[in-house]
Amino acid sequence: MDKTIRFKLNGKEVAVETSPERMLLWVLRTDLEHTGTKYGCGEGYCGFCTVLVDSKPERSCSLPVSKVEGKSVLTIEGLSKGGRLHPLQQAFVDNGALQCGYCTPGMIMESYALLMRKPNPTEAEIADALEGNICRCGTHKRVIAAVRQASGALKMKVVDHDAR
Amino acid sequence: MTPVRIKPRIKDDEYAMSGPDGRGDEMSLERREFLKLAGGGLVVFFAAGDGLDAQEGGQRGQGQGYPDDPNAYLKVGTDGRVTGFSGKVELGQGTLTALQMMLAEELDVPLASVDMIMGDTAVCPYDGGTFGSRSIKYFGPALRQAAAEARGILVRLASTKLGAPEDALATKDGAVYVLKSPSKKATYADLIGGKKIEVRLDKKPPIKPIAAHTVTGKPTLRSDGPAKVTGEAKFSGDIRLPGMLYAAVLRPPAHGAKLKSADTSAAEKVPGARVVRDGDLVAVLHAKPDVAAEAVTLIKAEFEPSPSTLDNGNIFPHLKEVTARTDVVIESGNLDEGAKLATKIVEKSYFAQYVAHAPSEPHTAVVRIDGDKAEVWASTQSPFRVQQEIAKLLGLDVPNVRVRAPFVGGGFGGKNAGAQIVEAARLAKIAGKPVQVAWSRKEEFFYDTFRPAATYDIRSGLDAQNRIVLWDYKNYHAGSRSSQPVYDIPHKRVTGYGGGFGGAEGVHPFGTGAWRGPGSNTNIFATESHIDLMAETAGMDPLSFRLANLTDARMKKVVQAAADKFGHTFAKAPSGHGYGIAITDYLGTYLATMAEVAVDKASGHVQVLRVICAQDTGEVINPEGARMQIEGCITMGLGYCLTEEIRFKDGAVLTENYDTYELPRMSWLPKIEVVLVDNPDLAPQGCGEPAITVMGAVVANAVNDAIGVRMDMLPMTAARIKEALAKK
Repeated sequence: MDKTIRFKLNGKEVAVETSPERMLLWVLRTDLEHTGTKYGCGEGYCGFCTVLVDSKPERSCSLPVSKVEGKSVLTIEGLSKGGRLHPLQQAFVDNGALQCGYCTPGMIMESYALLMRKPNPTEAEIADALEGNICRCGTHKRVIAAVRQASGALKMKVVDHDAR
Repeated sequence: MTPVRIKPRIKDDEYAMSGPDGRGDEMSLERREFLKLAGGGLVVFFAAGDGLDAQEGGQRGQGQGYPDDPNAYLKVGTDGRVTGFSGKVELGQGTLTALQMMLAEELDVPLASVDMIMGDTAVCPYDGGTFGSRSIKYFGPALRQAAAEARGILVRLASTKLGAPEDALATKDGAVYVLKSPSKKATYADLIGGKKIEVRLDKKPPIKPIAAHTVTGKPTLRSDGPAKVTGEAKFSGDIRLPGMLYAAVLRPPAHGAKLKSADTSAAEKVPGARVVRDGDLVAVLHAKPDVAAEAVTLIKAEFEPSPSTLDNGNIFPHLKEVTARTDVVIESGNLDEGAKLATKIVEKSYFAQYVAHAPSEPHTAVVRIDGDKAEVWASTQSPFRVQQEIAKLLGLDVPNVRVRAPFVGGGFGGKNAGAQIVEAARLAKIAGKPVQVAWSRKEEFFYDTFRPAATYDIRSGLDAQNRIVLWDYKNYHAGSRSSQPVYDIPHKRVTGYGGGFGGAEGVHPFGTGAWRGPGSNTNIFATESHIDLMAETAGMDPLSFRLANLTDARMKKVVQAAADKFGHTFAKAPSGHGYGIAITDYLGTYLATMAEVAVDKASGHVQVLRVICAQDTGEVINPEGARMQIEGCITMGLGYCLTEEIRFKDGAVLTENYDTYELPRMSWLPKIEVVLVDNPDLAPQGCGEPAITVMGAVVANAVNDAIGVRMDMLPMTAARIKEALAKK
C-alpha cells in the first residue's frame, strides 16, 4: 500500500507517495530525481549510496524510505551552496581524489559524517571511517589526503543544513 | 608518403562484444587500425581524403585510422570557446583532461576555454574503442596534428585580414597577432567562430617542439572534478527520458543453463509491471527499477542444468587439455643449444585464477527507438562498435543509431563487452518505449568477461657466469601480451596456447576478456617470479641479477631510478626483509616497481607496506594524471595479488557480491611513491595500465623475500600462504 512519506531532503520538505518498504536509494534516484547517490551493491558493502540521515551516514540501498519519515536527509546534491563547492568537495578536486567518480558521492558523504563527528581526524582515523567505502580506481591515497585537507579548513556549521 | 602498416605487438587483442554469454567475437586490432608512421620520432597518422563526414555520419575513418580534417576534431565557437571531439571515452583514466591540454597547447588557446565531447558517435571521429592505454598514445597525436593545422589555417586567414605576411604573425590566447605590434590582432572567434574550416594547407604544419610547451607537461587538476564531487556528473543510469521504463531480466542460475519454462503470472499482477518475452529473454518492465527487480523474483522459472563441470580446482588441468590454438610469439637461437650452455636448469609452473573487472558502475544502457532512428546511452568502452551492433540488431542504418557514452564508472576492459546494451535495445523495441537496463552487482559478477584463468610453464637455464642462456616459456590461455622477456637471452622461445584472453569455444565456462593490462598482468607474474627464482638459484640478489642480464639502457635507467627511490639494499632472497622487485616493458612504457611487505605467518595475511614505481612513459602530457593512474594501478593491483578470485562450479558463479570478492580497502593502503622518469623525446606512451601489470610479481617476490615461500598462484590469499608455509 502506498503511503505519503514526508522528510527533509537537503533542507527542503518533500513528500513522496510510495510503498514504505522501498529503499531510500531508489526513491531518491527515481521518484525525486536526485541521481547523485549511486547504486553499487544493494547490500551495504560498497558505500556508493551513502547519505546522511539526521547527520548519521546510512546506506540508502538498505534503508526503507519509511525510516526517514520526519527526518533530515542530506545527499551529495545538498553539499555545495550557491554554486560554490563545499570545502570538502573542493579538497577532493584539489587532491585529485577521484577518477571515474562513481564512488565519489558516497565517499564524500561518509567523509562528511566523519568530520562532523571528529573535525580533525588522523590519517588512520580517516582510513578506518572509510573502510566500508570501495574505490575500484584506487584513489585511496588521495581520498585520505583530501579529507585531511578539508579537516583543516572545515567549519562544520554547514552541518546545519536544516537552516538553509 | 607511403602508408606504413604497423603490426600490433600483440596477436590476441580480442574484445568480447555482446552475445548472451559475453563471448568474444575475435575482432583483431589488425583489422581495426591502420597506422602510418611519420618522421621526427613522433607517431602520427592520417587517413587519405577529407574527414568531413566524420562529424556528420560518424563513420568516416572506420578501420582506416583517424580522419585528416581538423573539423573532425575541433570547432571554434562564436564566443571563442573551443570544443574538441574524441571517440574515446572518459572512464576515470583522465583522458578528458589530457586531451583538453593537448588541444589548448597546440591551438594556443587558454586551457579553461576548451570543452571536450567524447564518445558520441554523432559528432566524434570514429574510434575503435578505449582500451590498451592508447588514447593519448594514438589519438593524442591525431588531435595534436589537427590542432596544429587549424592554427596554421588561422594564421593564414589572419594574414589576409591583418594585411601582414604569415611569418610576421604569432598566436596566443585564442588570437593571431602581429609580432611587432601585438595590439594588431584577430581572434579565432573573428576568423572562424561558429564556422567550419574551409581552407586547407597543402603541407602539414609541424607540431610545437616540447620546449615551447606551456600547458602540457604541467601538473593539471582533472577538469571533471567539480562535476563528479557535486553529483552532477551523469552516468548512463542517471539518464531520464519521458516514458522510460526500467527492466529487470530473468537470469539463469548458471552459464549454459537453458530456460525450460517460466510462469510469469505473479509478476504480471504487480501494479504497473509489464512482463515481456522474446525467446529466452524474459523481463519485467516498470517505471521504478526496484519494483521491476522485485517483480522479476516472482517469476517461477525452470532451467536445464548447465553442462559445465568445471570449478576452481579442475580448471587448470582442463586448460592444459584444451589448447586449440598455438602461437609461437617469439623464437630466437636454439633451445637445445641453450640447454647445453646451461649449468643450472630452473623449471616451474605458475597459475592465475579468474578475476572480475568489478567496475564501480555496473553495466548500464538506455535505448530509445524512434521510427528508423535509435539513441543509445551506455557505459561502454567502444561506442562505435555498439553503434554497428545495435544498427544490425534493430535493422537500422548505422548513421541512424547515435551512441553516447556519458561518464563511465570504470571499465578496465570489462566494458568492451556490451550485452546489457543489446538487452536494452531488444526490450525497447518490444516495449515501444525507452528502456534502461542497469545490471545489479550480482548480474555484473555473473556476466562479466573475466580475466581468464591461466597457467604457465617455464624452463630456463643459467650458465656458469649466471647469465640467462635458455628461456622456454609456455602460457596457456593468458594472451601473449608482455610474454616476451625483457632480458638479453640468446636462446628463447615464447609459446602461447589457447585462444588468448578472449577465450575460445569450450575453454572457459563463461565469458572472458581483456582485464587492465590484459595478458600482461599474469604473464609478468609468471616471468618476473621466475626471474627471482633464477636469481636465488644463482645466489644473487634480485636487483643485481636483473641488471646483469639487461642490456637495454632505457630499462636499466628505469630500474636504477626505482632502486634510488626505494633506498634499501636487496640481498639474496629470502632475506627476511620482505623486499620485492618486478620490471616490464608494457607496449613501450618501461617501468620498475619495488615493494616492501610484512607477512603474518600465523594467519598468512600480507600487508604491503610500501610500493615504489619508476615509469618511463615517454612525453608526459599531464604529470598529475600520470601519477593518478600509476597510484590507481598499484592500489587496484593489490586486489588481484591477494584476494580477488571468482569462485565457480558447474557453470554457476558463486561470487555474487563484494562480501566474497574482496577489493582493496583503505586499511590495505601502502605508502606509494611514483617516479616519472623524464624522457620527453619519446612520443607519449600508454599510462593507464602499465603499473598494474607488475603487481602480482612484485608482491610475490617480496613475500618470498620475507618468508622464503614462493607463491605460484594468484591470488596469494592468506589461506594459500598458510598452506604453503605448512608445506615448507
